[in-house]
Amino acid sequence: MEAKNKKAVASRLCCLCNLRRPVLKRPKTLQQICRECFYEVFEEEIHQVIVQNRLFKSGERVAIGASGGKDSTVLAYVLSELNRRHNYGLDLFLLSIDEGITGYRDDSLETVKRNEVQYGLPLKIVSYKDLYGWTMDEIVKMIGLKNNCTFCGVFRRQALDRGAALLKVEKLVTGHNADDIAETVLLNILRGDIARLSRCTSITTGEDGPIPRCKPFKYTYEKEIVMYAYFKKLDYFSTECIYSPNAYRGFAREFIKDLERIRPRAILDIIKSGEDFRIATTTKMPEQGTCERCGYISSQKWCKACVLLEGLNRGLPKMGIGRPRGVNGDHNKETKKPGSVAKSIESKQCGSLDF
Amino acid sequence: MQFTLEFGGGLELLCDSVKIHKVNINLLNDSDILTMKDLLSWVRTNLIKERPEMFMKGDTVRPGVLVLVNDCDWELSGQLDTTLEDKDVIVFISTLHGG
Repeated sequence: MEAKNKKAVASRLCCLCNLRRPVLKRPKTLQQICRECFYEVFEEEIHQVIVQNRLFKSGERVAIGASGGKDSTVLAYVLSELNRRHNYGLDLFLLSIDEGITGYRDDSLETVKRNEVQYGLPLKIVSYKDLYGWTMDEIVKMIGLKNNCTFCGVFRRQALDRGAALLKVEKLVTGHNADDIAETVLLNILRGDIARLSRCTSITTGEDGPIPRCKPFKYTYEKEIVMYAYFKKLDYFSTECIYSPNAYRGFAREFIKDLERIRPRAILDIIKSGEDFRIATTTKMPEQGTCERCGYISSQKWCKACVLLEGLNRGLPKMGIGRPRGVNGDHNKETKKPGSVAKSIESKQCGSLDF
Repeated sequence: MQFTLEFGGGLELLCDSVKIHKVNINLLNDSDILTMKDLLSWVRTNLIKERPEMFMKGDTVRPGVLVLVNDCDWELSGQLDTTLEDKDVIVFISTLHGG
């Protein structure tokens, strides 16, 4: 017993301050650290990512894509904290999308409304119903539970841009974390989606579009985000979307988590691999243009959202699912322009994972 | 022995949507210690009402489920080998839901 206690005491001091009892093993460094040091390194690392990548300019209006989930809640909290502490000079807003999913989004929006008060950040909610005339509940009623995540993902991506335009912000930040990005790298490899593979690790995307997006949590482990939210008692919502059993992404996620358990660095290493891929100049990339119907960025005649919407409104919900066909011509019109920044807006299926 | 078990991050849905459970667990065999390994198998049998695969994989929690014993990451106390004491508070949080 004596020996056991000694051993416990020896390993029981934070390896940063050497004063307090550690409460967490950092996946990034395997260091055992106490709560106070954890808050400090967690926030400081995000600050360094923001500074080193010059994510913001003083005076900018910035929208935080807020779902009410753990990542965006922690992002809203940390970003408003850092904005105050380091005088970023940012005007921060919360931007939420109401997909119209009863029992899921209506509940999570209540969380965002509380966050609005808790963090003193103005909130804007834009709904699929207002933007497209359809709620996800109505879409699922019509198309069933197959491909519904495609609709949701495509619509969300545009909805965020439109909401950002309404807020007149210069930038949109999202809570995508290191685990999400590693998972997306893997998925893009599995799908052979070279265009997305080449951009999914960028910390800022869409700089040539209307509203650039950035991911301050690019190097932040999900474990630390959840621990931070837990220790700080942040108010977040955690229920799986009732419509989203996205099996393929689920497998990738589970694989990443299995790897993390064996070697936590695997997550950062996968991101590094993603960053360091060089796409052969002979690879055909989609050419970027604008949608003839709504003017949104599109590599096709019509953007994906317009194709999907047309299908819904005409009662042909299969339209636009799978490889481009129909309005946009029989063949995938992907052509040359090696190295051009690909920007087909067909979104990642499911969840809030848009890259 | 008495424990307070807390389920969060969506895991509460697996046990009748109740987040906090005050439980009393008798020592299993003759041994006088109870480890996290014992507790997990007790939880799986007695508290998890549906989809146990969302909570466990093999004899431990599913990767992506965080465990805290008295507000301390169980990776610091030996994970499955963590020895529990009366009135310990054990928290399980899933990281696998939403963003």
